[in-house]
Parts: sequence; structure tokens; C-alpha cells
Amino acid sequence: MVDFRMPSLGADMEAGTLVEWLVKPGDWVKRGDIVAVVETQKGAIEIETFQPGQIEQILVDLNSKVPVGTPLARIRTEAGEKPAAVAAAPPPEAPAPVPVVPPAAPAVERPPVTPPSPPPVTPAAAARARVSPAARRLAEERGIDLSTVTGSGPAGAITYADVERRLGEAIAPPEKKRVPGLDLDAMRTAIAAAMARSKREIPHYYLEHQVDVTPCEHWLAQKNAALPPDNRLLIGALTIKAVGLAARRFPAFNGFYRNDKFEPAAAVHVGVAIAIRGGGLAAPALHDADQLSLDELMSRMRDLVQRTRAGRIRSSEISDSTITISSLGERGVEALYGIIYPPQVAIIGIGKTVTRPWVVDGAIGPRSVITITLSADHRVSDGHAGALFLAEIGKLLQEPDKL
Amino acid sequence: MSDIDIRKVVQEELNNIAPEVDMASVDPAADLREALDIDSMDFLNFVTAIHHRLSIDIPEIDYPKLITLDGAVAYITAHLGSSKS
Repeated sequence: MVDFRMPSLGADMEAGTLVEWLVKPGDWVKRGDIVAVVETQKGAIEIETFQPGQIEQILVDLNSKVPVGTPLARIRTEAGEKPAAVAAAPPPEAPAPVPVVPPAAPAVERPPVTPPSPPPVTPAAAARARVSPAARRLAEERGIDLSTVTGSGPAGAITYADVERRLGEAIAPPEKKRVPGLDLDAMRTAIAAAMARSKREIPHYYLEHQVDVTPCEHWLAQKNAALPPDNRLLIGALTIKAVGLAARRFPAFNGFYRNDKFEPAAAVHVGVAIAIRGGGLAAPALHDADQLSLDELMSRMRDLVQRTRAGRIRSSEISDSTITISSLGERGVEALYGIIYPPQVAIIGIGKTVTRPWVVDGAIGPRSVITITLSADHRVSDGHAGALFLAEIGKLLQEPDKL
Repeated sequence: MSDIDIRKVVQEELNNIAPEVDMASVDPAADLREALDIDSMDFLNFVTAIHHRLSIDIPEIDYPKLITLDGAVAYITAHLGSSKS
């Protein structure tokens, strides 16, 4: 028997709201099945199970907000009572028939440093002395006085969500058309927190490289002419594949910087920055982008864009990108320099395709050119390696039939 | 299928992509990519939807002809007509 727990979908996440169960007791699930939908700052995320088995019991009611790590359901594993590695917690005390929000605080919620002197203000403020680190950071960044925030965590502790709520009160929530599961204001807060952290912690360096993509355009035109719209490719599929292959060759741009050191990733999961109508942005992962055929990559990309815009991203897609690509599309700008999404160490920017006079075999002619940029983490790599990485992407795009 | 019906279909499919846009207020001669803020993926989805709904083929090379509301309606009208006769 193992517990299916509220996952952490990013360093800033402390809790999530369970908005939909896709299974009921007695259902069998296999690894990768979507079990529930959880609403977070990043929108509604479909949560997958990594444990196959039979759903024994649902532990959390709909619309309950529970901390990261809280058991959401109990899964009877196929091997019977064999304890799984993930079930680190001691067995549940008693099988409470209607469990309420479990008291277990998430591991990240360290007790704050003991206040050196009694809090100067009211007794109420003393009772609210507990503030989670993420909440304190957010409050500092947004200039929120913590004594004006009501804590909803254990013993009245102020959580990230509490500060967010306070932020929401400060700025009157605008009347917006809302996609179900997508809270654009919360998403903006999450973007702001991640980007501020990136700018604070990551010493970026920036490179750009102009690439003649005429070979890609010719190849695409020929290939797509014979295909129905469902199977047509966009140039974006080619650039993602090229970046995936290059990242495989240059591991210093593919992985995570955590705990003061770089951990190269074994797989290449390319995060694709997707603009959401109304002003949001998400960068879910295309898993194993270097391994997929272009057709498969394209169909996954269409699915990913459609689901992201509908507010349906999966848990495995939100947290495990190893490198990100941002493209501002065909009507955008010629070059963009991304801000690295921590804990990743690189982001590729793709500008729009423009027609430029270009020298090919000693003669000037019109060619289709894109500017590809790299923002990378100087703690991990130097410009020299970055230049080789960009050059490799450009080279791969010269032979689209080999992608 | 009348001109008005085709226009309605086109507007419906565009609204599926850009739900917040009031299609009645879109200039029928404006570039849809700008008027609706749609990207190449959105446009491909639009072409795919029209392909499925009206069973007409829209080769990639013809995309520029569908870039305005009027253009799309004219293209589809001509195409439906020619495939029937």
C-alpha cells in the first residue's frame, strides 16, 4: 500500500487545491495515468501516478487545499503489501473514514529563526510570527507588511498563498475572461517570482547566431504539400529537434543547478514557452525531444499547446524541463534574449524568420534567416562552449532531412 | 452553402481559437494574425478545422489567400464550388 501524495510542482509551491478526481476506489492505475487535477499558481495541473496498482481509498475531498506531501489517496500496489520506496512516511495511524486536512507540515516549512526580541506590535502579531520562507520572500519582493497578512498554515503560520491572497486584495482583481483552471493573476505572480530569482541568482551571458533556414523552408514546403493539415509540420518542430540534439551533445546546457552545483540531466526535456491568451505564459516540457521523430514531435507540440491554453498541463510536464525554448512567432521580433527558468541553466530564443541578402557560394541572394540566441548560466559554462552549442544548432538546421 | 453560412463557419472556427474576440467587430479585410493575435500553430489549427468541417483541402501554398476574413470566405466559396461541379 502506498500513498499518492500532493506533489511539489516547483520550489515555490506549498499547497495545491484538489479540483478533480479522475479515479474512484477500486480503479486500477498504471504508471503515468492521470489520477487527479490540482489547481496551483501555474494553473490546473493533471497529476500522474508513478505507482501502479488499485485505488484503495480517496483521502482528500474535492476543493480541499492541502500542503505538498499530503497523502491524497491510497494505492494498493500490485505486489500486495510490499512497501514501495516512495512511502517514506510511517503507516497511517488509524484508517480515519473521513480524513480532514492532515496536520503534517511540508518539509520545506522550517520554523523561522527564533525572534531575538519580542515582537514590537500587537499580541496578534506575535501569534503570527511563523512565516514560511517562500512567503517571506514574496512579501519582501512585493512590499507587503506581514503583520497585515492572515496566516492559514499550521498554528496560524503565514504561507505563500496567504501572501498571494493579500496581494490580490491590494490590487483589485480585474474582471477578466477566465479559462477554467487558469488564474492569470496567480500565474503572473509565479512568473515574477521565478524571473526575479533567476535575475538575482544566475549570472547570465548572452550570445546570438544568425542561421539561414532556407533549406528548412524548402524541405517543409515539399513535405507539407503532400500532407493533410493534421500531419503538417511547422518550422518550430525542426528547431526544437535541433536544440534537443545539440543539447545532447553539449550537456553543460541541459540540466539543473541545485545546491551550489550543476547536475547534468540524463534526458533532454525541452520546455516550450507557450503564450496564453490574455497574458500568461507557461513552459511545459516536451519529453525526450531529441529522441522523437519530427512527426511525433509536431503532434506532441500541438497537443501540448492546446492543453496548455486550455489550462491542462500534466505534473510531469511542469517540473522537469531540462532546457527551455522561447519563440515569439512569425509576427514578433528578430531576436529575443530569454531569462533562464531556474533551476535550468540555459534558454534558447528564436526570432521570426526574415528575408535577408545573404552570400551563398560567393553570390548574394535572398535567404530566409532566423536569429537564435542563447542565455546561459556562467556558473556552469562559458561563452566559448555556448558559441559551439549555438553553431551546432545552426549546422543541424542545414540538413532538415536528417533531423 | 451560402456565402453567409461560410462566413459563419469561418467565424466560429476562428472563435474557437480566439474565444475572447468579438468576430463582428473584426475588420473583414484585416490580417487575421494581427486582428486576432494568432500564431502559426493557431493558423494551422484553423486550416485543420476547416479541412475537417467542410472537407476541402487547403494546401500550404494557399495560406496567404486566407489571411483575411473576406479572403478566407472567398477562397472557401470558390473551393467548395469547384469541388462540387
